[in-house]
Amino acid sequence: MPLVIIEVMPKPEILDPQGKAITASLARKGHEGIAGVRMGKRFEIELDEQPTEAKLAELRTIAEDMLANSVIEDVVDVRVAEHGESWDAR
Amino acid sequence: MRIGVVTFPGTLDDRDAQRAVRFGGHEAVALWHGEHDLQGVDALVLPGGFSYGDYLRSGAIAANSPIMTEVVAAAEAGMPVLGICNGFQMLTEARLLPGALTRNDSGLFVRRDQLLKVERNDTAWTSGYSTDEVITIPLKNGEGRFVATADQLKQIEDENLVAFRYVDVNPNGSTDDIAGLTNARGNVVGLMPHPEHAVELGFGPSTDRLRDGLDGLPMFTKVLEQIAA
Repeated sequence: MPLVIIEVMPKPEILDPQGKAITASLARKGHEGIAGVRMGKRFEIELDEQPTEAKLAELRTIAEDMLANSVIEDVVDVRVAEHGESWDAR
Repeated sequence: MRIGVVTFPGTLDDRDAQRAVRFGGHEAVALWHGEHDLQGVDALVLPGGFSYGDYLRSGAIAANSPIMTEVVAAAEAGMPVLGICNGFQMLTEARLLPGALTRNDSGLFVRRDQLLKVERNDTAWTSGYSTDEVITIPLKNGEGRFVATADQLKQIEDENLVAFRYVDVNPNGSTDDIAGLTNARGNVVGLMPHPEHAVELGFGPSTDRLRDGLDGLPMFTKVLEQIAA
């Protein structure tokens, strides 16, 4: 199945308590050299057929309007998955 | 007045909100997220809880549910709409109020009896308070930290949109101690703390002014159908 991958991250200026908690946990476990972790979201959108440019534009709009909240998050990537990248190929 | 209380999957304070509406002297009308019918109500409450499990972002899926088409249209036409906790999150996700609610800076779910200052008593929901009155009502959330873009913060300041501000303790790292907002028209109000849990004598948080847990009741007794534009 054709797949589009959308990635959303908290804006750089937005505090990310989840990322901070992960960073602190890694330090407690003795992992050195990890300055910080920020946690975002990855959406894998399964399509019936290969997306047209119009469908990709629609998905970009969905990403900006619903999958991300532009007050606190940025859409950092909208792309058609490479062969072997989809969940059914993993 | 007939006041609708919308229930979404995962809402948990709808019954308390209905009860508060009745204690305020009004008729509570139960509304369901999947309908497109507001049943002719005069005002609306979006109650607290964890609608749709807070999947995606808190309030995000609910803000896209069927009844929100009618809620947004009614709000834009001037109907009083109150969003409490998850309902406040829905109002920001639906762009009826500016900003967003994010995870508390402590990373923890916070539950406390919270002091608030009422900064606007000229909204549809706050005319039962005096300006700068300090009240105590329960607060309970994991994602109550208010943030906004620089443009939105300027709008909030320029249009005087802060309805409630935290006093003494900022429980979640909210920008400028913001606990609740109104829209410019004053008909849409959202706040993170829960006035509906402080409406019955002896059952809300006690205050040193011996009001004994009733500080949330004025939100439900004096709901204004028309407010000065």
